[in-house]
Amino acid sequence: MATVTSAVPEPEAAERLRRYYARRHVYGRIGVYGAAIFAALACAGPFVWSTITGTKLNADLYDAQNNPFFYNQPPTLDHVAYLFTSTAFPTFAWNTLWVGLVVVVITLVLGVPAAYSIARLNRPWSGPMGIAIFFVYLVPPSLLFLSLSRIVVWLGLQDSTWSLVVIYPTITVPVSTWLLIGFLKALPRDIEEQAMVDGYSRMGAFLRTVVPLLFPGIVAVVVFAFTLTASEFIYALSFVSPTSEKVVSTGIPTELIRGDVFFWQSLQASNVLIAVPIAFVFNLFLARFISGFTMGAVKG
Amino acid sequence: MSVAVEVRNLKKMYDGGHVHAVDGVDISTEEGEYLVLLGPSGCGKTTLLRTIAGLEQPTEGEVLIGGSVVNGLPPRVRKVAMVFQSYALYPHKTVRANIEFPLKAEQMDKAERAPKAHWAAELLGIDHLLDRKPRQLSGGERQRVALARALVRDPQVFLLDEPLSNLDAKLRASARDELRRFQERLGTTTIYVTHDQAEAMGLGDRIAVMDHGKVRQLGHPVEVYDDPADTFVATFIGSPPMNLVPHDGTLVGFRPEHLLPVETVTGERVTTPFHIERIEYLSGDRHVYGTVTAFGEDTRAIARLPATIPVPLEAGEKHEFGIAVNRVRFFDADSGQRTGPIRLDSHHG
Amino acid sequence: MAEAAIDESPRTARAIARTRLADRDGFLAWIFLVPTVVYVIALVAVPFFLAIAFAFSDVTSGDPSYDWAGLTNFRRVFNDAVFWQSLQNTFVFTIVSMLLIVVLGKVLANILVADFRGKWIVRFLALLPWTTPVALSTVTWLWLLHSIYSPIDWVLRNLGLIGDNVYWLGRPTTAMISIIAVHVWRLVPLAAVIIMVGILSIPNDINEAARIDGAGFWRRMFEITIPLTSPLIAVSALFGAIFTFTDIAVVQVLTGGKPGNSTHVLASWSYIRGIGGGDIGQGAVIALFLFPLLLAAAVLILRAVRRMETI
Repeated sequence: MATVTSAVPEPEAAERLRRYYARRHVYGRIGVYGAAIFAALACAGPFVWSTITGTKLNADLYDAQNNPFFYNQPPTLDHVAYLFTSTAFPTFAWNTLWVGLVVVVITLVLGVPAAYSIARLNRPWSGPMGIAIFFVYLVPPSLLFLSLSRIVVWLGLQDSTWSLVVIYPTITVPVSTWLLIGFLKALPRDIEEQAMVDGYSRMGAFLRTVVPLLFPGIVAVVVFAFTLTASEFIYALSFVSPTSEKVVSTGIPTELIRGDVFFWQSLQASNVLIAVPIAFVFNLFLARFISGFTMGAVKG
Repeated sequence: MSVAVEVRNLKKMYDGGHVHAVDGVDISTEEGEYLVLLGPSGCGKTTLLRTIAGLEQPTEGEVLIGGSVVNGLPPRVRKVAMVFQSYALYPHKTVRANIEFPLKAEQMDKAERAPKAHWAAELLGIDHLLDRKPRQLSGGERQRVALARALVRDPQVFLLDEPLSNLDAKLRASARDELRRFQERLGTTTIYVTHDQAEAMGLGDRIAVMDHGKVRQLGHPVEVYDDPADTFVATFIGSPPMNLVPHDGTLVGFRPEHLLPVETVTGERVTTPFHIERIEYLSGDRHVYGTVTAFGEDTRAIARLPATIPVPLEAGEKHEFGIAVNRVRFFDADSGQRTGPIRLDSHHG
Repeated sequence: MAEAAIDESPRTARAIARTRLADRDGFLAWIFLVPTVVYVIALVAVPFFLAIAFAFSDVTSGDPSYDWAGLTNFRRVFNDAVFWQSLQNTFVFTIVSMLLIVVLGKVLANILVADFRGKWIVRFLALLPWTTPVALSTVTWLWLLHSIYSPIDWVLRNLGLIGDNVYWLGRPTTAMISIIAVHVWRLVPLAAVIIMVGILSIPNDINEAARIDGAGFWRRMFEITIPLTSPLIAVSALFGAIFTFTDIAVVQVLTGGKPGNSTHVLASWSYIRGIGGGDIGQGAVIALFLFPLLLAAAVLILRAVRRMETI
């Protein structure tokens, strides 16, 4: 046991200690790698297994005795091909894509000026408004979906993908505005002030200096908002029932099914096909999301 | 109790060997010595300190504390204490809990901890602040808390990383004095990192001047100032820095305070006309900017005249200046290293 | 007067007027904000109050005319055992998930901030459950928990731990456990990222000072990292609780409330009644029960944030 006045160890003891800590270091490294591998497997294991399942022959898959983690018979891409040729998957994917893109555009058109107004124009209500925007994000879809479903009917948009275009910005605008406020606070004010001194109006400075400088943040918001719309479930489930109007998040769980038999391989393949690209893009921007959220929280 | 610290051929590289933060340093301290590592930012002095502390592992070479090699040992076994530039106080703990933290880590009894913490706090005159949180303290108070936390468990070595740089200029001078008296009282070997030459000169028993990961000179403050080993040390230390006049592959160096109107230089001297361009008055001294035309190529130089030299000077005029011969230093123009004296043709008339 | 000096030709006058408008911060601040505010009021605030109004009405999808129904819907909902079951399920689901998510999130965050080769790929894989649309990842779990072909059961069978398949989603308790497990699996990466942000925001000096002061890994974790990140974790946990409390996707896709109606949560039961059964009034009543907890969580969040600012 260490005591307060113990001296630095004698050379032999130091050598022993050094060996002890070298060993501990090695165990520590093994521990870190072990934990990292375990974490990766726990999180991504289902997707790995989805990939294997998606390329299995029926005879291989539907045999409860077969090892589910390996190919007991040669793999096949038939089910992936089936997904694209004989199911509504391409429709779902297309719907998700265009809904996502239109929603992203609406989000930016509403969110960028709103964020600028709150972050930069120094009104007395800027602070409370920022918090209010954030709390709107807390109002859950499950509280609103019933009345929104009536509103969608009144708008004549029931069973149309357009209903999602109208409603989804309620989810994306608050969180995107919050993110953009964070990015704006990280931009130096000097540059737009310089532009104003150089003869541009506030509006001109906003368009000519702030928007271009904000571009990396805007890209992050695009990714984030798109991911949110692609993941949304309850609105899509409540507003849209025809197959041709569905998006992936409702179409895949409800339509890739015949009677009560799921097309398991195609289903799993479609999950991987959607999950991996989103996760990939998301990872590219992770650091930026983090800085956006934390900068927004710092009072400016 | 006090032990010596020694580093042998220490190297620390980053980016797979592309960046040499510390590039072959050999230093050893005496027991109880106050050693200052001085250098511009990025010279490797902080990396060296962190390697001694055990926060970084050296790429090559050895660190010895009290005669045993401590490479590979974590900081806590090395019995060193460190004061960070930011003070790194635990923001969620009270001053008392901050000071007690190292004792707690040693699993000392609660009953023993309290008096020790109080002793350390009293020593630094912060015993009335024990229940405050760091954010309620001023810069100077924070620095004292950091010191108290460092000394509470009687470390064998103190490592201080620019502990005064976050204080305002006024406080800095008094804190510097206090640090010095403190160390004298405790007698603990101390390694102090700074980029401020005034701190280095005022505090150090010896100064190691570092640049680009190498020690350029290790010596007593007077030595480093009066006899710089190379042009880097000569120009890094001293404010304004040493004047260097090129002369056939040699640089003739002399400090501004030795370049004086010729009528005030007695004894063996060399002289030069000095074309005065500008004069600044700084706290009683006159800093005279101009060009010397003897000793070699015409070179801009600065003379510092103490208030005790009343010779009237004016911008635009030419005045004869002189330097005592024993104050002139010579450096090789290519390597920058000190060389033997060369003959200077003094100007007469 | 100043006006006298201004060139009065119409073009410049208009330009000046425009410039003046574009320069007035107060005006711009409103113009920039109004569309968002209007949109949010129209599609968040209005539906919110509409939901309250529906709770006291007899509106159904077949007969959308509004008639005051007083507390009829409340009475019918309260007399339904499924409602009480789903209320209980919601609390169990939220509390158990949040505890697991925070603890496992902390563990995963520690792994993700550690220094090792191949960090990028581990981070990518670890984030998959969170970035994948929830309905899709839940479908994957549907198959992992399949009554006959579940690979989890296959492993357990081959290890000799079970004789027959567990039939995870076929029994109320195991179905609830499955729902919680999937939800935890899905949100742990998000929790880990948030906690990671907290850990990384602690100045390096503080950790190094603790190492010099002799603190080992566990002491640093419990005396430095956890106290310094706890406000952030508390706020995030409250957010997580809100999302969990109101989540519908996992239940809807994984069990659809089955077996029987034993695994419904408030949100899914509200969906079944309001959209599935078309009884919007009843669905609205059930959804309204989400509100008190939301309010409580929001107040707690505000308070925690305020405390955070004083540290």
